[in-house]
Amino acid sequence: MGKRIAKEVSIAVAEAVKQCRVDVIAAYPITPQTHIVEHLSELVANGELDAEYITVESEHSAISACLGSVATGARTFTSTSAQGLALMHEILFITSALRLPVVMVVANRALSAPISIWNDHADIMAQRDVGWIQTFAENGQEAVDLVYHAFRVAEDRRVMFPAIVNIDGFTLSHMIEPIELPDQEQVDQYLPPFKPRYKLDPRKPISIGPVGIPEIYTEAKKAQDEAFKNAYRVIIKAWDEFEKIFGRRYRPVETYRMEDAEVALLIMGSLAETAMTAVDRMREAGKKVGLVRIRLWRPFPLRDFVRAVKGVKMLAVVDRALSPGATGGPVAVEVRSALYQVPGRPRVVSFIAGLGGRDVTVEDFEEMADKAYFYLKKKPKESYEMIGVKE
Amino acid sequence: MLKELAKFKGFSAKNLPKEEPFAPGHRACQGCGEVLALRLALKALGMNVIAVSATGCMEIISSPFPYTSWRVPWIHIAFENAAAVASGVEAALKALKRKGRFPKNRRVDVVAFAGDGGTADIGLQALSGALERGHDFVYICLDNEAYMNTGVQRSGCTPYGAMTTTSPPGEKSIGQMTWKKNVPAIAAAHGIPYVATATPAFFLDLMNKVKKAALVNGPAYVHIYSPCPTGWGSKGEDSIRLARLAVETRIFPLYEVIEGKYYITRKVTKPKPVEEYLKLQRRFRHLTEEHIREIQQRVDAEYERLLRLAECL
Ligand SMILES: Cc1ncc(C[n+]2csc(CCOP(=O)(O)OP(=O)(O)O)c2C)c(N)n1
Ligand code: SF4
Ligand SMILES: [Mg+2]
Repeated sequence: MGKRIAKEVSIAVAEAVKQCRVDVIAAYPITPQTHIVEHLSELVANGELDAEYITVESEHSAISACLGSVATGARTFTSTSAQGLALMHEILFITSALRLPVVMVVANRALSAPISIWNDHADIMAQRDVGWIQTFAENGQEAVDLVYHAFRVAEDRRVMFPAIVNIDGFTLSHMIEPIELPDQEQVDQYLPPFKPRYKLDPRKPISIGPVGIPEIYTEAKKAQDEAFKNAYRVIIKAWDEFEKIFGRRYRPVETYRMEDAEVALLIMGSLAETAMTAVDRMREAGKKVGLVRIRLWRPFPLRDFVRAVKGVKMLAVVDRALSPGATGGPVAVEVRSALYQVPGRPRVVSFIAGLGGRDVTVEDFEEMADKAYFYLKKKPKESYEMIGVKE
Repeated sequence: MLKELAKFKGFSAKNLPKEEPFAPGHRACQGCGEVLALRLALKALGMNVIAVSATGCMEIISSPFPYTSWRVPWIHIAFENAAAVASGVEAALKALKRKGRFPKNRRVDVVAFAGDGGTADIGLQALSGALERGHDFVYICLDNEAYMNTGVQRSGCTPYGAMTTTSPPGEKSIGQMTWKKNVPAIAAAHGIPYVATATPAFFLDLMNKVKKAALVNGPAYVHIYSPCPTGWGSKGEDSIRLARLAVETRIFPLYEVIEGKYYITRKVTKPKPVEEYLKLQRRFRHLTEEHIREIQQRVDAEYERLLRLAECL
């Protein structure tokens, strides 16, 4: 087992990418992802990591180069944030549809305008439908562990889909945390070499990216969707295997003090620790509040989620992104629809909080839980509510 | 002369490669000059190639699933990123060879194909990035002087006066109001080892240039003039004639830029008037004598400029 040492999370992520023995990195700088790619260039420059580092001229080219690379059979990594992720948007769909398992870490950040380098989930929520596997890390250890997991799952021949690991920009990416980096042998044991069944090779020519005429487009999409849903099983198995080798256990959905909860807060990402403190405080005050955290966002773990919120009366979803004029924040809309067919389902109230780096405090969580209690008696007037807005 | 080119004797009618990396049966229009250029370029490159295509006519006509014209490995991702995708392929090959996961001594040429729109307009940034980074690859622009795949809209390479669906002539317009963007000069400005222009009318010249582009170490750019009867309103059987006339009128001069030095590969001492070229195409039919004079003057001046570039170096 490796040692637990204090490290900046971005640096630890870069070290984990190195341990995955990537062959090619193509990335473009943007705050708050920069420390990851800077550290990777350093590792390549000083010979610690044997990889090609393509210093592309944009994120659009970063992801495009990644596709070319992974299609040629090389293990490939990129990382970005916000505007950079938005610039990749077009190519993200193509990555998944062509079944090219690129792995990307997104240091989540608000989208312009107004321009903001600080954390929220607007960037990744705009990429909901791109067909990538998407996970959210709570802390530095999890960020690192999800990187190994992402490569292992993405490149599995039963999967062959790209994967995004989300880490909150600054509030996670720039934290110094005690992190255990496993021994290289353990990583090698967990992550076999990348051996795609099909690749660009003159010894066995194939055509990738043909025209999809109406007679086959729907079938191609159906096949993609089936394969994506089936990836769920591999994702779980890869976490089981992870536990065996590294001793840490991960599930698609985590719960905290949910045994008899009436009200549950629902979050994704690194706010969990603050939310847990709020839950503890409310429990002490006799309120039956619990916490649910979604780790696996795509493919959405429907059954795990429904099980996690069973018996809850009101679910308070804390979204870190705004979907203007919608019926709730993106996560709220998703879970409301997930629960619709469930008998005795909890009610769902949607809160938008922590936009563009605004703190979400223990008090904010308490306020949201209290509101959730209140809405059990009186229906909310609006379909979603922004928290912490200054009057 | 670059040492990589020293051993290359050139193609002749006697030693043409037998292989056809680009298969017949594709869906291009009759008389398409672009698909001919593509086929000749691949023939010059041979079978040890990984090809990348931008979205455009050639990608569409060659790959209606489950059919493909590509006998070499081929990938198409999007419209504006062929150069970036090729960068990734090249980098991957380098890494895999170094790590012993691809035979070290096996030569594989990486080639990107894009139309004039995918090169001069939407793909210019990706192209510039890839040329500047020095990837060892060949970029081939198949220039039919408009966005043909989407129904003949103007591009930065559409010539002055040409009618397209987004540069229609009218009361207040003569058609395309700007002069053709000089993409080979932009490519050359990156200081890359090899840049050339070619046309399928001079097919051995085209093949030799593409082969040289592949042989040099580092990025190479070949700009191929490609007649499009559908978009130009010309006869299918006139495509080769037009390609030759473009050279003989000095509208599309043939040259190479090797390590920054310009070499005119086909000197045109007695140029034909541009009118001979223009009158074979409906896209120019609205032009007045005055417009034609204007075009002639510009062509003369541009050729002079090229001559000076070739002489002073
Ligand atoms: C981002 C994006 N914008 C627009 C298009 C639509 N489009 C596809 S091909 C094309 C024009 C292609 O023109 P060119 O590169 O000159 O190739 P040609 O078809 O003439 O060979 C356009 C506008 C697209 N596919 N992607
Ligand atoms: S439209 Fe022009 S370039 Fe496209 S296939 Fe037809 S002739 Fe060729
Ligand atoms: Mg064109």
